[in-house]
Amino acid sequence: MKRLLRYLKDYKLESVLGPLFKMLEASFELFVPLVMAQIIDIGIRNRDMSYIMKMGGVLLLLAAVGLTCSLTAQYFAAKAAVGFSTALRNDLFRHINSLSYSEQDAIGTATLITRMTSDVNQVQSGVNLTLRLLLRSPFIVFGAMIMAFTVNARAAMVFAVAIPALSLVVFGIMTVSMPLYKKVQRQLDTVTRATRENLTGVRVVRAFNRQESEMARFEESNGQLVRFQVFVGKISALMNPVTYVIINLAIAAVIWISGKQVDAGIITQGETVALVNYMSQILVELIKLANLIVSISKALACANRISLVFEQETSIKDPSKEDGGQAAASLKDVPKVQFNHVNFAYKNAKADSLSGIDLKVEKGQTIGIIGGTGSGKSTLVNLIPRFYDVREGAVLVDGKDVRQYGLSELRDKIGVVPQKAVLFKGTLRDNMKWGRPDASDEEIYHALDMAQAREFVDEKGKGLELSIEQNGRNLSGGQRQRLTIARALVRNPEILIMDDSASALDFATDAALRKAIQEGTKDMTVFIVSQRATTIRNADQILVLDDGALAGLGTHRELLENCQVYREICLSQLSREEVQ
Amino acid sequence: MVNARMKKHRSAVKRILDYIGAYKWLVLFSLALAAVTVAATLYAPILIGRSVDLILGPGQVDFTGLLSILKQIVMVVAITALTQWLMNHINNQITYRVVQDIRVKAFNHMQTLPLSYLDSHQSGDIISRVIADIDQFSEGLLMGFTQLFTGVLTILGTLGFMLSVNPLITLVVVVVTPLSLWVASYIAKKTFTMFKLQSETRGELTSLVDEMVGNEKVVQAFGYEDDAQARFEEINQRLRGYSLRAIFFSSITNPATRFVNSMVYASVGVAGAFAAIHGFLTVGQLSIFLSYANQYTKPFNEISGVVTELQNALACAARVFELIDEPSFIPENSDAVDLKEADGSVSLDHVAFSYVPEIPLIENLNLDVKPGQRIAIVGPTGCGKTTIINLLMRFYDVKSGSIQVSGTDIRHLTRKSLRTNYGMVLQETWLKSGTIRENIAYGKPDAADEEIIKAAKEAHADSFIRRMPQGYDTVISEDGGNLSQGQKQLLCIARVMLCLPPMLILDEATSSIDTRTEIRIQKAFAKMMEGRTSFIVAHRLSTIKEADVILVMKDGHIIEQGTHEVLLEKQGFYANLYNSQFAV
Repeated sequence: MKRLLRYLKDYKLESVLGPLFKMLEASFELFVPLVMAQIIDIGIRNRDMSYIMKMGGVLLLLAAVGLTCSLTAQYFAAKAAVGFSTALRNDLFRHINSLSYSEQDAIGTATLITRMTSDVNQVQSGVNLTLRLLLRSPFIVFGAMIMAFTVNARAAMVFAVAIPALSLVVFGIMTVSMPLYKKVQRQLDTVTRATRENLTGVRVVRAFNRQESEMARFEESNGQLVRFQVFVGKISALMNPVTYVIINLAIAAVIWISGKQVDAGIITQGETVALVNYMSQILVELIKLANLIVSISKALACANRISLVFEQETSIKDPSKEDGGQAAASLKDVPKVQFNHVNFAYKNAKADSLSGIDLKVEKGQTIGIIGGTGSGKSTLVNLIPRFYDVREGAVLVDGKDVRQYGLSELRDKIGVVPQKAVLFKGTLRDNMKWGRPDASDEEIYHALDMAQAREFVDEKGKGLELSIEQNGRNLSGGQRQRLTIARALVRNPEILIMDDSASALDFATDAALRKAIQEGTKDMTVFIVSQRATTIRNADQILVLDDGALAGLGTHRELLENCQVYREICLSQLSREEVQ
Repeated sequence: MVNARMKKHRSAVKRILDYIGAYKWLVLFSLALAAVTVAATLYAPILIGRSVDLILGPGQVDFTGLLSILKQIVMVVAITALTQWLMNHINNQITYRVVQDIRVKAFNHMQTLPLSYLDSHQSGDIISRVIADIDQFSEGLLMGFTQLFTGVLTILGTLGFMLSVNPLITLVVVVVTPLSLWVASYIAKKTFTMFKLQSETRGELTSLVDEMVGNEKVVQAFGYEDDAQARFEEINQRLRGYSLRAIFFSSITNPATRFVNSMVYASVGVAGAFAAIHGFLTVGQLSIFLSYANQYTKPFNEISGVVTELQNALACAARVFELIDEPSFIPENSDAVDLKEADGSVSLDHVAFSYVPEIPLIENLNLDVKPGQRIAIVGPTGCGKTTIINLLMRFYDVKSGSIQVSGTDIRHLTRKSLRTNYGMVLQETWLKSGTIRENIAYGKPDAADEEIIKAAKEAHADSFIRRMPQGYDTVISEDGGNLSQGQKQLLCIARVMLCLPPMLILDEATSSIDTRTEIRIQKAFAKMMEGRTSFIVAHRLSTIKEADVILVMKDGHIIEQGTHEVLLEKQGFYANLYNSQFAV
């Protein structure tokens, strides 16, 4: 929370003036019962019509001044809260953009999106409410008590007893019920899960004819939810009646004591009425305060979650930003990409995901990477653009450790086609320019040709103006994949990484694509990750991974001879003759 | 359109009342309690006023009278507190039970919805109807119960009590009050546009965040961070302007209505004082009016809040009823019989099917499967291989033609018995949150432990299960989150292995399984298929080549049919597909 407070720094004045004007308003409100007492004690007693009119005028004046103060306060509070959240959002977005893959994996993108949107909104309204109301309610409660003391100390003693009793009840019920509400929420999550599970597994449920037991289970978990809800409801339903009892008993006590004081001539009848009014004011404010605390504690929880994101520092430091960057003198006559004894472990993982990887790749070579899921294929290629940092060893590009490059300098050399074919809302041209902002239409068409995407783009008849919906919803999986390949090719990168990115293509298109890339990009070093033996069998070098370790390295033929894992993979996909 | 919506609302109201009707005695009791609560709440200020009148000045205090009134106050307060609590409790009960009835009904109805509905509607949407909408509805209903009735009663009661004390001053209150309502509605109207702009811009911002943060890895791979930041800040800046205005204008409502309230208070004070001077009113009665004037406008504000809440609740309820009203699948034929033990013969006779009438999909499909045969279904992804499964399992009904199992049209069999005769392993492995034991026994809940272990062994799953922390009692989280894809697949196989029906539908995994597990799965599949009619959505050439019949599908159509050799000779699509793998 503390680190979020600095976003209020630019709104210091507003943050002080907001509560201040709110308190001014509250003080005017506190005068009202006293004025009324004057009307009764002086106006009515002396039958002074003009005095009454005058006091009526004072009441209106108090109301008008109160309104002005209140509006001023609301304005300042709104300005501070909105300014706060705007600055917070900008910074949070920038921070999220700076997080490396490791941190993104650890937090999860869905979570990041929630932090960015609904959590920030919650905090904004929390700040707004706090500035407006947090001081006001206690101020009125204590103000009313002090005013009561100025009227009559004996009667005011009732306040001194009633206020702590009320606070105890209000906050006691809150402390008991709030954890219970969390329990209700958790049970609701269980009910949601039951529903989701039933829907996603509908075919299995029906295939095994388990509808009835599903219904029984749902009814049971929903019944549990209702029991929780009724139980919490019973407790929070206590709030109103109990506070009502306390306040009215206090009023009765005030009247009794005031009666004695009036009898003794110490206070007047009008002042008795004022005391009763003060008591009523307190109740209203305490209830408001309780609601306010609920909202603020929600906002605080959101603020804490946002802070946690800020605390997550990126693990990949960009040297070009740290010390002005070094000249990128690429060495000649060195392998294009080189892995030196690389060990890598994901954050918080117990075991290494890659261990002892050594690899030399010459300029213009095509490298196939194959292995089962979780064998570390994607992990390996993700180390080249430095999406993750190695734990031990080093990855070298053009003979230089990737950690010595400026991030953008390194990544500009590389075109990545990710596993998930992601496109963005906008035109086809916009999407292709992600690869290179200054790419000409001609260059884009060339890339589309190579990626086997030209045909369907032409078929749609919109050319590069073809509009693409969010996540490329208006395209098929195979079309999306081809466009993401084209996007990487637009860069004309020195190194192209295709991370299992042809999986949705049929064999023929896959083959044509590989042929085009091989012919069209003589100097490009290409990494192809695949599950299909056919996709990589013609690569210059094939890297076989098994459980993070190098199980084999060589050409198709060499590996068939001497790599057990590779043979198994091939035989599970192809027949014996085809393997040969 | 507006009319249709009104109609929908009205029928929704009627149906909600029907659901509430089940608890009508509780409702009546709650209403009675509300009446008592309101009356007692309103009576308290009168007692207080009377007591004030007994405290006139030095030596003019009637202590015996005061004591008896104070006793009455205590009594009234005690009654109010008790009835209020009881009323709230009963309202909770009614609301949550009504909501439970509706939710259970919705869930149970889900079980009878045809798959065509479930496949064509996002599950997120259905879940939000069953969970979020019903929840929202319950909140609205509860608020309606607790505040609408008491609010109206309070207003009426206050007017009544005030009239009984002094009609003239009541008039003052009644005249000034509408002003407060007018101010509130005026502001609400003005702020509506601002809120709309705010929520539109917020939506814009959210979708940008969704896109960029959701695909952060791509953003970073292409160095798009700065552009994204610039776009974000531009929208954020606009949002700031709209938000400021929306928040400020909406926050005027409270002070403004409070100002009107103060005006009522001042008017009552002055008018009351004049009346007191002329002897129409005592000071105690004046204090009654003041306290009424203070709380009189409150129910108005509350009621307007309740009305919005109720409208919202109604809209939610309508969405839930929409789900409940979706037609169930076609009921079983009256002459439907139970399929005892299928012999394994399946024949498809001139079958036609399509999901959308305009786009024909399967036309004139004929297939005669003898007991124990293997049918491989092949084709590029998205070619509609699952459609065949849908028809065989009768998740969908054929449009024309017929499917026969053991010589009987499956529409003349009960769904339950038909499905019991099939064992199905899909590529999207679905496991229930629960123990591994429960999951394996999903198709046969009364299976003995030995049977379960035997099935697991045959599915090559026993060894990894034993290595899990609690063995067969290990709880797997939703969607088997703590298991690998391959392990999930093995569990699904074990699940079928336990029942082992005469016919199988298998969906080979395309990828994503490590080699060793893959080999185990192959073995398990082979074991299952021994002597059973099997339909396999195949990706592996070895599986395909061993099949008795290969169905080649493309764009939803079955374009070729035959054995591997026959199809290769044909030099058609299959041959092409087969050869293309070795093109480069």
